[in-house]
Order: sequence, then structure tokens, then C-alpha cells
Amino acid sequence: MDRRKFLETAGLTLAAAGAGIRPWRQAQAQDSAIRIGVLAPLTGVVASGGREMVDGVNLWFDHIQRRIAGRPVELLVEDDGSNPDTALQKARRLVEQQNVHFLVGDLLANTGLAVANYVKGNGTPYFIPIIAADDLTQRSRVKNVIRVSGYSASQTTHPFGDWAFQQNHRKVATISQDYTFGHEQCGGFAQVFTEAGGKIVQQFWHPLNTADFSPYLGQIANLEVDAVFAMETGADATRFIQQYASFGLKEKIQLLGAMNATDQSVIRTLGPECEGIVSAAHFAEGADHPVTQQFVKEHTEKYGKIPSLYGFSMYSGVMWLSKAIEKISGKVEDRNALIEAVLTTELSDSPLGKTVKLDAYGNPIYDIYVRKVVKRPDGKFWNVPITSYPNVSQFWKYDPETYMKQPPYSRDFQGMKKS
Amino acid sequence: MTTDETALLPADRFRRHRASILAGVAVAAAALLPLALSNYQLSLAIQILIYAVLAMSIDILAGFAGRVSLGHGAIFGVATYVVIYADVHAGISPYLAFLLGILAATAVAAIFAVLAIRTSGVYFLLLTLALGMIVWGICLRWTAVTGGENGLRGDVRPAILASHATFFWIVLAFAAMLAFAMYRFVASPFGLTLRGIRDSEQRMRSLGYDVSLHLFVGFTVSGFFAGVAGALYAFFNNFVSPTTVSLSQSVEGLLMSIVGGVGTLFGAFVGAAAVIYLENIVSLYTERWPTILGVAFIVIMIFAPEGILGKLQALQRNRSK
Amino acid sequence: MNAFQLLNGITFAALLFVVASGFTLIFGLLRIVNLAHGALYLFGGYIGFTVAAKTGYFALGGVAATASVAAIGLALDEGLLRFVRGYELRQVLLTLGVAFVLDDQALVLWGGDSFTVPIPEALRGGVQYFGIFYPKYRLFVLLVGILVFVGLWLLIHHTRLGALIRAGVDDPEMLEASGINLRRVFLATFLLGSALAGLGGLMGGAFLALYPSADAEILVFSLAIVIIGGRGSLVGAAVGSLFVGLLNTFGQVLFPELAYFVIFGPMAVLLAFRPLGLFGTQEPT
Repeated sequence: MDRRKFLETAGLTLAAAGAGIRPWRQAQAQDSAIRIGVLAPLTGVVASGGREMVDGVNLWFDHIQRRIAGRPVELLVEDDGSNPDTALQKARRLVEQQNVHFLVGDLLANTGLAVANYVKGNGTPYFIPIIAADDLTQRSRVKNVIRVSGYSASQTTHPFGDWAFQQNHRKVATISQDYTFGHEQCGGFAQVFTEAGGKIVQQFWHPLNTADFSPYLGQIANLEVDAVFAMETGADATRFIQQYASFGLKEKIQLLGAMNATDQSVIRTLGPECEGIVSAAHFAEGADHPVTQQFVKEHTEKYGKIPSLYGFSMYSGVMWLSKAIEKISGKVEDRNALIEAVLTTELSDSPLGKTVKLDAYGNPIYDIYVRKVVKRPDGKFWNVPITSYPNVSQFWKYDPETYMKQPPYSRDFQGMKKS
Repeated sequence: MTTDETALLPADRFRRHRASILAGVAVAAAALLPLALSNYQLSLAIQILIYAVLAMSIDILAGFAGRVSLGHGAIFGVATYVVIYADVHAGISPYLAFLLGILAATAVAAIFAVLAIRTSGVYFLLLTLALGMIVWGICLRWTAVTGGENGLRGDVRPAILASHATFFWIVLAFAAMLAFAMYRFVASPFGLTLRGIRDSEQRMRSLGYDVSLHLFVGFTVSGFFAGVAGALYAFFNNFVSPTTVSLSQSVEGLLMSIVGGVGTLFGAFVGAAAVIYLENIVSLYTERWPTILGVAFIVIMIFAPEGILGKLQALQRNRSK
Repeated sequence: MNAFQLLNGITFAALLFVVASGFTLIFGLLRIVNLAHGALYLFGGYIGFTVAAKTGYFALGGVAATASVAAIGLALDEGLLRFVRGYELRQVLLTLGVAFVLDDQALVLWGGDSFTVPIPEALRGGVQYFGIFYPKYRLFVLLVGILVFVGLWLLIHHTRLGALIRAGVDDPEMLEASGINLRRVFLATFLLGSALAGLGGLMGGAFLALYPSADAEILVFSLAIVIIGGRGSLVGAAVGSLFVGLLNTFGQVLFPELAYFVIFGPMAVLLAFRPLGLFGTQEPT
């Protein structure tokens, strides 16, 4: 064995170790600032949504001059790559290396679950305005993971299932991305729709980042259904809507979409193929409410685009957090106080135009709009409400304890009533 | 210890003892790191050690048998999946799960080996890539077992190893032992045969060596080491997703081996440290890490394909001429 | 299955063929596994998209895509690959590095959004035959695939360049010995192969969309096709494309759980037992 080889190896490794120390110590210099770790998918299948998340955060903090309760706010943005492994790495980096006071963000449910698993172990508060995995506020509740200004996945599709039935649809097929959020959105729809007497004829599940939907569309064309419920996000939504139209299905079978499918981040780059798609959400950028329109105007002026669900959710989310932090006079180091304050705050100036508060399980209660994609006079498309369901909680009309006895929605359990 | 040098002078034998002492000093110095580094830096150090083991396992084949594999990331990740699944969903003790993970990875490596030993060069590269993709596809789509896109998560690290420092020491011990084991393996007569195969398969065959058997064993052994790294990773991360078995994982392991120096074995530590540290530091200032990584790769391929350690050794050899 | 799914598989295969044919030419003649081929596809798609969207002409987008990617190929070959000629594995790994760079730079230039190349008016909508409604554009892709095959076939079998390429694929040493300016033949082939990737990017960008990981996906398919079909074989690339395209479509429908296995299983088996693929030729030793 060559001693030089060993010496060099050992020396290089140790030198690298030592050299790395200094830049990291510097990261701890700022003491008076509130350090917020913002995780968002800036690359990957939902990159378009991710950037809007950061825009939404910046819009709010610029609004309040980046200060809360006298302390300056430092935003540390990290890309979670639309991937749970990356999200976990970045969360670790933000918490352990950059010493953030709390984390906020992430988009895809699987990234949220990975980070939630991590913060469960070290108590860092993690606020998820967009992660909608049902269980994080139901059966697998983690004390320091709070869905501030967010929603649980099935919350918006429960009423949608009801609406679909009321439109006299009786046979529906669902197609969805094969991960938690997809399972839960479909499950929410399926449960209420079948309980009302409807039938889910077939369900299609595909991996995230499916380029070619033609195999699925071929099958759908052969089924006899009144409507198709498509749960797609990001690039998958873009591709699906385009291919749905190009295969001539748009005129034949009504397309019902998840709110992410018709989100601004998707329809912004589409043409007439997205017109007329119906979805259900708590937010509609075309809602005729002065507060909402004011928010839309500000966002459009600053970023040149109409706000999406992602921008709105983060904006409301950090708005909520700011109010809570003010309540505790800026002392974010006291994690319990921070969490307590967040849980008891009610958001009165939300761009939704009405006060939002959390239910007993830490999930907000909303009016859910059923909205349709409509073309504006200037040629752009946006979602306009056609009806609304007031005060919908994550449990719909079910009693919480009974509801939580049924298993969480998954590919195998979609809550469907046996007919 | 045998090397491929001829007769040993007493001076060389003495040098060899000094090498062992220096190795011990290096490990001892590394053991002191928890006193100097923060928790985060320690977690990076742990990752470096784990990935170094992966890179070394790749080097066994690449450097000593002349076969570059793009499937070792999948073998690594299989161990991770099995450990976490066994612990979280099958209720098996973490220690037993750890062993199961290594076993599973070795089995997968053996399967890969049976198919791969018939090829060499670029075809070997592509075949291992394809096999890795199959494993990835299974992990992605077999949602019932692997959790699909969500992956598997849980608390698998045994409570005694909960502290960063303790876990670091255990991983350091493992890395040192595994490095030593791998060194012995490639320096053994078996290892020499592998090198002979690397240099000329034809000649080895004509000399009567069972080339296929040697390659099979070599591949499986290398898979075993990758599996141990993967099992350690399960304890480190408490989470696994298809990314852990993906092609990018194999590429990263290969990259570390190349940066350090293919055929140097211990260059893997240098390569792992370089890639992981650089990634962390560069990411503080820019998002363009993949560009920098790609450029580094290109530069290394053109100017220093023998890697950092390889280059140093070459310079040293030139100097001593 | 049914005609609809069959068409899906074939039209997808046509796109794959355009891309894989370029890959197999480069692999066959230059013996370079160009792992940046997917990135070339993506760049071609993005550039074609930008030009087509700005000018409103799909055809211009096609020209831009092909030409620009050929230029990138030129830079790649003359600027980088020349330093590692003869070292198979180094070449492969160098192209991998190039793929990383191109992939990241595409992110800088076009962002993380998903883009779709605008389809020209004439090709929008669908046709109705035998009860099936099928998008015109996908049929157009099929047509282009066939034309590319015919064009390449004529090139390979009826031109001097083609003869040189065939000779080089079969027996590089003979070609060298014959005194032909090898460099120029190789360069021409590399440019052609790259141009095909770029064209594929534009075509694919219209019905499969362009997004950051599209390059890895198409690369992996191309690898499978070239391995199955055989290095350097045009017919092999066509057969391989049909195989992969059809398997992918039917696999997704019939065995969604095994979607990847269905393609890479056969690839692995072929590599293990017949590494030359279905139509590859034995290299003289």
C-alpha cells in the first residue's frame, strides 16, 4: 500500500472538511432577522406552480416592507425539484445549516410527506399552504405541521361530486396522477358521487410526468361516460388538456378538472382547448369580488400574469403567518407560542374576500366555488365561479370521528359506495 | 499484502507498515470531526462516507475489472428500500432489516451479474443502465409495496444511533472496515485475476481462467458493498423514494469514482468529498450546479480522466523517474 | 387491441424513429454513445418552438430546430469530442457531462414551464375513419417518420456518403485504409444524426410538449431502440422504434404496473444474449 496515496487521500478529505467550515458559520451571523425557509419546486413537473409560490410570497412581503413586529424578514428559498428526496435534503439544509425559524411551502404531496416526516423528529414548525395530503390534518396529524391557508385534497372534490350528480351525470371515469394527492382528490369525488347514486365506471392512474396520454384517451373514448374527472397538475395537466382536445373528446365528453388542472399556471399557456372545463376550488381568480380583483390586479401589475392558486395560497399563507407572528410580538424562537398563535388566528383580509378560520384539526374551512374556464375580453382565460358551496370543511358533511374511521384515500380505497 | 510489484526490499516493507499507521491516523483524525463540525456538517460527512463506499464498489468493477456500471445506484437503493420496508411495514428489528437489505442488494447484484458478464465496454454500460431502469420502474409502479411516488418513510435508525456524532462514528467504522475489505479483495489473487481480465480477457481465457465466473463473483461482491452503503443510507435518511434507485444515483456514484480516480479505490473518498462539498457550497451561491458538474465532468474526461488521485499518482510517478 | 391504440403506438414509434435513427447512425459509424442526444432533442424542440411561436410558421421552426442542433452537434464534435477520440468510455462520459450542461442551460433559457409547439392550422383537428377520430397531427408525424426512413434509406444505399457510412459501420479499418477523408464522413454523420434529434424535438414538441426532463425520457427510449434494433442499422432502428412504441402504448394500457419492465426487460435480455441487437452486424476482430 502506498503511503503517499493514503496521505493524500486523508489529507485531501480532511482539508475539504476544514475548508468547508467557514462559509457555513457565516450563515449564522444575522440574529435579529426572522429566517423563513421557503421550499418550492422551481424545477421538475410542477415548476410553473413552484415559481408562482415564490412570487406569492414575495408579493406579500414586499407589501409589508419585509418587516414583522419590527424584525426584518429573511427569505431563504430552496428548490425541492418536484421530488421528495430533494425536498428532504433541502429541508435538512435549511433547518440544520441555515437555521431557519420555520419552513413553509412545498407543492407536491409526496414532498410534503417527506418533509413532515423529518420535522416530526426535530419540532421545526412546517407550514403547508399547498400540500394537501389529507392525513396531515387527520389521522397522521403532526403537531408542528400546520395547513395554514391551505386545503386538504378531498375538501374541494367532495362538493364537486355532489355538483356532478346534480348536473345529471351518472357515469364518470376518473384519470389521475398516481400519488397521494391524486388518490385523495379522486376519492373525495368518488365517495360523494357514488353515495348520491352515481357510478365511477373506471379509474386510470398514471405516473407523474406522463408525456403521452393517448393510451388512456383511447380507452376513455370507448367507455360510455357522461363526464371525465381529470386530476392533473403542472405539465401533466397541460399535456392532458391538449391531448384531450386533439383527440376530439372535448366536444363529446364533459371534462371536469381538479382545481390544479385548470389553474392559471396551466391555462395561461393554453388556447381554446381549456375553455369550458369545470373545476372546484376555494379560489377563483375570476370571482367578482372587489378584494379578489384587487389582488389579481396587484399581482398582474407586478408579475405580468394573472395569479394562480399557488401564488394565492402562498400569499394568504404568509399573510396568515405574519399576523400570527405579530400576535406574539415577533418571538418566533418560541415554537409553541408560534404554533398556538397560528392555530388561533383568523385571516380576515384574505383575497377570498371573507374571513378564514381553522377547524378543530388545523385545517381551514372554505366556501368552495364550482368554477368554469372562461375567455376574457382580452383573450386570456380564467376561472369564473358558477355556483358555490358555503362553509365546507375537510370532512364535508360527515362527522369527523366517523369519517376518520374509514381509511385514508388510496388507490385501493376510493370511498366508493357499493351499488 | 501482495501487490503487483516484484521483489520487495526491506525499505518497501517498512514503508508498508508506515502506510497502515498513517491509515490509522487518518481514521483517528476523522473520528475527531464531531468535535469540530456542526450537526449539519456531520450529516454531510456521513453522506460522504456512505457515498464513498458506493463509489468504491463501482471502482472495483470499473478500475479493476474494466467494466463501468450504471446500475449500482439501483443496487444501493434496493438495500435502502428493503431496510425501510422491513422495519416500518413488516415490523422487523432495524438490525435484522439492515442485514436483509444487504442480502437483497447482493441478490439483485447477482441477477444483474448473470446477465451482464456476457458483455463488456459500452454494452456493459448500457445493459447495467437498462437493468437499473427496470429496478427503478418497479419501485415507481409497485405502489403497494414501495409506496410509488411517495416512497417509504419512517423512523428506522435505532435509538442508540440517534445522535449525529454516534451515527457518524458507526458509519466511519463501517467505511474504514469496508474500504479495508475492498482493498484486500482487489489486492488478492482473485483481484489480480480481475485485473488480468481488464487488461486482456483473451489472454486470461487462454491461460485457463474461468473469466465468466470471476466476473460474476466480482460483480456480486461489488454489489454487496454497494448494498451495505445503501443499508447505511436507510438509517441516515429515514426515507426512500424512486430517486434513490434512479439512474442519477448510479451516475453520481460513478462520477465520484471518476473524480477520485478509477482504479485507485480510495480515490472514492476524495471524489465523494469533492462532489458533495462542492454541491453544497456551490448551491449557496447559484442554482447552476448541474452546469458546473457537467463542465467538471467534461474537463476531467479531457484533461484528467484518471481522476484527482490518479493524476496525483501519475505526477508522483513522473517525479520519481 | 384496437385500431386506436395501434395508431397511438405507431405514431409514437414514428417520432421515436426520427430521433433514434440519428442516434444509431452516430453509434454505428462513430461508435459514440451520445448521451447528449436527448438534450439535443430538447434544445431542438425549444428553439423550434421559439421560432415557430414568434414567426407563426411551423416549417420555419423545423428549419431552425434542425439547423441549430446540427450546429450544436458540430461544436460538440469539433470542440470537445476530438480530445477523446478513440476512447470509447471517455467519449460516453463526456457526452454525459454535455447533457448535464445543456439540460441546465435549457432551464436558464426557457424556464421550467412546459411548452407545446403550435401546430399549423392545416394540421389541427382530426380525421374520422372507420369510427375512429384521430388527430391529423399525429398522422403527420407518422408520415414524416416514413419520409425520414425513406430518405435515410436512399442516402445509405444509393449515395457515396451512404456507402462510406455502411463501410465504416461494418469495418472501420478498411475504410481508413482506403484513404477516404474519414473525418469529413464522420462529421457529416454526426451533423446528420444531431439534426435528426433536433427535428424530432420540434415534431415531438407539438404533441408531447417540451419540459425539463423530456430529454432523459427520449434518450432512454433511444437507447432501448438502438440496442434492440442493432447498432448502426436503419431497419433495426425502425423495427426497434415500432417495438418500443407499441410496447409502451400497450404496456401502459394492459400492464400499467410493468410499464418500464416491458421495454427494458427485452432490452436487457437482448443485450445479455445478443448484444448486437436484431439487425446489428458482427464486428470483424
